[in-house]
Amino acid sequence: MGTLNDEQHKSYDMGMHTEQLSGRTMQKFFSLDEDGGRFTQPYTHDVDFDKKADLDIKDMEASEVNTKIRELMAEGYGHIVIKNPLAKHSICVGILNRLKVDIEGSLGYFGCGLIDGPNVRITGRVGWSCAENMMSGTVVIEKNAGSTFGAAIRGGDLVCKGDVGSRTGIDQKGGNIIVGGSTGAFSGFMMQRGRMVILGNAGINLGDSMYDGTIYVGGDVESYGVDAVPGEMTDMDAKWLEDKLNLYGMKAPNGISKMKKIVAGKQLWNYDNLEPTEKKIIL
Amino acid sequence: MCGIAGIIHRKKGGDVGTEMTSMLRALKHRGPDSTGFALYGEPAEGEYVMRYKIAEQEELSSGFHIHKELEERKALVDERLRGLGVEILSEEAVTEYAYRCRIKFDGDMRKMADFIEDVDGVEILSIGEGLELVKDLGDADVVSDQYSLNGFAGTHGLGHTRMATESDVDIRSAHPYWAYPFKDVSVVHNGQLTNYWNFRRQLEHRGHRFVSNCDSELIAVYLADKMDQGKDLEESMTDSLSELDGAFTYLVATTDKLGMAKDTMAAKPMVIYESDDMVVLASEEVAIRSIFPHEVDTFDPYEGEVRVWER
Repeated sequence: MGTLNDEQHKSYDMGMHTEQLSGRTMQKFFSLDEDGGRFTQPYTHDVDFDKKADLDIKDMEASEVNTKIRELMAEGYGHIVIKNPLAKHSICVGILNRLKVDIEGSLGYFGCGLIDGPNVRITGRVGWSCAENMMSGTVVIEKNAGSTFGAAIRGGDLVCKGDVGSRTGIDQKGGNIIVGGSTGAFSGFMMQRGRMVILGNAGINLGDSMYDGTIYVGGDVESYGVDAVPGEMTDMDAKWLEDKLNLYGMKAPNGISKMKKIVAGKQLWNYDNLEPTEKKIIL
Repeated sequence: MCGIAGIIHRKKGGDVGTEMTSMLRALKHRGPDSTGFALYGEPAEGEYVMRYKIAEQEELSSGFHIHKELEERKALVDERLRGLGVEILSEEAVTEYAYRCRIKFDGDMRKMADFIEDVDGVEILSIGEGLELVKDLGDADVVSDQYSLNGFAGTHGLGHTRMATESDVDIRSAHPYWAYPFKDVSVVHNGQLTNYWNFRRQLEHRGHRFVSNCDSELIAVYLADKMDQGKDLEESMTDSLSELDGAFTYLVATTDKLGMAKDTMAAKPMVIYESDDMVVLASEEVAIRSIFPHEVDTFDPYEGEVRVWER
């Protein structure tokens, strides 16, 4: 089993490691030293995590809520508690900052999309397209989630402790999606990088047309998609799963050793093939 | 994109008119063209409620002659109802073109419906012991106020906010659709059927009528045809998943049931809240939350699912 050094552990914990497209999926860790500057960009705010603000959004439009969050960050608030979200759409979108957000209730569509850095906890459910294009940070949902959960995410940890709809992690490009329950059809469709963990069952066409990345499933797979094939579970996989699930207080119902690993068969890959015009040049 | 919603009180009834208005108001952004309600009240013994219209809303702006013409259409409908032996217990003109009447009739429902709809511009929106189907142009508040639906006491209902994509913005293309000629069966739909015309021709050959070019009407007629062949609601809905092509989620209601079907690609949303007392479904949770002041647990049905709830 591969040994992780302290820096790699930190990279895991922050959900900031990824893979590189080079043959079979390979681990690639961020250097925390190199990455340290990502949260001190000129447009980010220096917030104090001990400075807390309550935000009741019952009578607010989504744009007002997101603007207010930015104003609070500019004032140095590092911990925002959102009350009465009432399943509204597009809440907590575009936060490019380290920030702790607690959402007491459920979100509608497009919640937490385009975020880079915050740690969000949602006590309720989320609708379609939660955390779309997420770059880093964590989003933890205590209940269920709708379809296209984590579409095109590139980094961070996106965790749903309940069931998730169809097309989970469609076009996933990095980061980790962890589902405590089951997912619907076409999960991991056109996945390119990153990891998806499904502790329950997966619907039809799991990993259809995936280019790379890794999917772990604890329950049954209704059917595999095109070019999704079983992979060999290694000690490194098991260690990663154990650490990651422990981090969020989750457990594989039948144990990690019984989980399936699914990777890209890469029989459909054409990346290494030359274009016809290029072939002519060579010939 | 359209918005659909359903609600069924499992034990005792409620103000389904106000509840559905609230849900459809929350779904207005999914379709502001027209709004429709299929509400189920407590049936009265031996009576039917018939809702029908004698014109499209836009016809009213076609000239001064239209008012006289509507009077003539209405007189012809009354004459035909009397001729068929339909006893009109009460009648209410909700608008100049929409009527609600309580009737007694023990004859052939299809024959009666066909004869009435043979009058130019007339369409029966619904016939049922409990069902009352209302649809018109405008948002939920406009239609609900126009037809006095707030305070409608009942057991269950369906609703729809329409964004017209493949057929006209008019009442005949608005949802819900009554599953002609089956009393108390109605349908709302969000999606597109891609084998609409092929299936429509098949059903027309079997004697069914279509009043619009809206693909959603096909689902109502399709289910009616299946049930006419002896299948129950759930079997009919299950058949639809393999026989109807396209991306769709639809809801159907009968005298005492509410059903949901989601196509095998699960491309159209649906969120469900279920408790011992009631089941509430909608395209978006924001509609469900519009009638609950507190947080509720909800979930999405999966692809290819059919669910039926009974009172």
